[in-house]
Amino acid sequence: MPASAELMLALPLPLDCGQRLENVRIAYETYGRLAGDAGNAVLVCHATTGDQYLASTHPLTGKPGWWDRMVGPGKPIDTDRFFVICANVLGGCMGSTGPASPASDGQPWAMRFPVITIRDMVRAHLALLDALGIARLHAVIGGSMGGMQALSLAANWPDRAARVMAIGATAAMPAQNIAFQEVGRQAIMADPDWQKGSYYGTGRAPDAGLSVARMAAHITYLSEASMHEKFGRRLQDRAAKTFGFDADFQVESYLRHQGVSFISRFDANSYLYITRAMSYFDLAEEHGGRLAEAFARSTAARYCLVSFDSDWLYPTPESRKIAHALNAVGAPVSFMELSAPFGHDSFLLDVPALDRVVAGFLA
Amino acid sequence: MSVLRPDLALIARNIVPGSRVLDIGCGDGTLLAALRDARDCDARGMELDPLKVADCVARGLSVIQGDADADLALYPDGSVDYAVLSETLQTMQHPARALDELLRIGRRAFVSFPNFAFWRVRLSLLWHGRMPVTQLLPVTWYETPNIHHLTIADFRDLVTARGITVEQAWFLAGNALVGGTAANWRAEHAVFLLRR
Repeated sequence: MPASAELMLALPLPLDCGQRLENVRIAYETYGRLAGDAGNAVLVCHATTGDQYLASTHPLTGKPGWWDRMVGPGKPIDTDRFFVICANVLGGCMGSTGPASPASDGQPWAMRFPVITIRDMVRAHLALLDALGIARLHAVIGGSMGGMQALSLAANWPDRAARVMAIGATAAMPAQNIAFQEVGRQAIMADPDWQKGSYYGTGRAPDAGLSVARMAAHITYLSEASMHEKFGRRLQDRAAKTFGFDADFQVESYLRHQGVSFISRFDANSYLYITRAMSYFDLAEEHGGRLAEAFARSTAARYCLVSFDSDWLYPTPESRKIAHALNAVGAPVSFMELSAPFGHDSFLLDVPALDRVVAGFLA
Repeated sequence: MSVLRPDLALIARNIVPGSRVLDIGCGDGTLLAALRDARDCDARGMELDPLKVADCVARGLSVIQGDADADLALYPDGSVDYAVLSETLQTMQHPARALDELLRIGRRAFVSFPNFAFWRVRLSLLWHGRMPVTQLLPVTWYETPNIHHLTIADFRDLVTARGITVEQAWFLAGNALVGGTAANWRAEHAVFLLRR
């Protein structure tokens, strides 16, 4: 059975920007039972707009958990065997401290919230693991931004995980991805309802901007082939084009729906902060410019890197680079490019080969 | 190790326990698993087929998906005690370059390949005048992955020309070892242990 919990950190959380964040809350879900020796813990890190509702019903959308197909009794991440933890990232908006949380003056942080990094998110995860009495994870696993967290944990805290799996991830955010995310941030900040970030309690929020940001991002999660397959040039509930700017095409209607449903569960400022953390992510830069150096002390863990052939957002060479860096320092690493049609989102969808790899890697 | 193909069993028997091994074209990881379990080796692999890589990962092995023709360059010099290339040399774009790479990455290399000069293959070509389709080489010329057929004599010429030392060689007919005499007639498979 899933359990929802919240932890208030006793100590301030040191951040890469130099600040220390007080009263940090971490909202998390757990599944399964922690073994007496705390040796069966698996930390799953969520992606940019994911949350801790890994395999439990989302409280706002009522939908199943985002990795319900992967996590549960008898599933590849078997909750009969493992104690599975998923925490909302620092900067998030589903209960963990983020820009919508109150600062010491009782007002929402808004843009006063410090700029955080992927490593800061990992620091928060580690504080949670400390509180749960977990010294060394059986595995840390994540896709996309979750994979970045897994890699950051492995590189910076080499003794905290025995297995590290990053799916559709990268060791440094590529320029193209920074670019797409900048479009999203600009869409939010160009919305007059954003009000320089201080929209909380005003009755107005940059819903239009956040919705456009989501639409643009969503395109990058799919593949040309899957979009063609799913929508083609088909029209939405109409026999002919309207000669207007309504959502004539199914793909337009779908994206609009994605945008609108996103605003019901996500905070625009969280989106700014989390995407900023991703664009700052560069593991090699943190370690003198050489990626292999980042993992030089981290050769005791086993690694598994998976990419998908249709993922153009975090394409295979990104994963391969990590595999080669790990190889260069002699870390036991596996890498494979799986074939799946769904683009970057493949890690969330029905790819049986991924199930097999995840189950096998954790065994 | 009873399930191992004869050439792999031979390689496994002759690898010093506790060695670091890279098996290039490791398939589903049978040799790697045997080396890990029975010889206490740090055995890693490279394999082109992602689903076979997935099989290897499911066996707890560390395998990188890669193309032996392109991706060997990414392994550091002298990073393993043995590089293994079994039944793959004849499928490679640049076999000669591959040998150099094996001996750059490994202090020693095991290479096994089917011998195109085995008497049955010779007879088949002689009688039928067509590219042999035998038990050993079961695929037609237009579908075979073997793009660089070679014989034991060809291989010896190549290693000599590249200044490579043959430390040991084994010749197999079926599951049985045959002697070195007239091996180029009598052996279906050859296994060479090489060093610089």
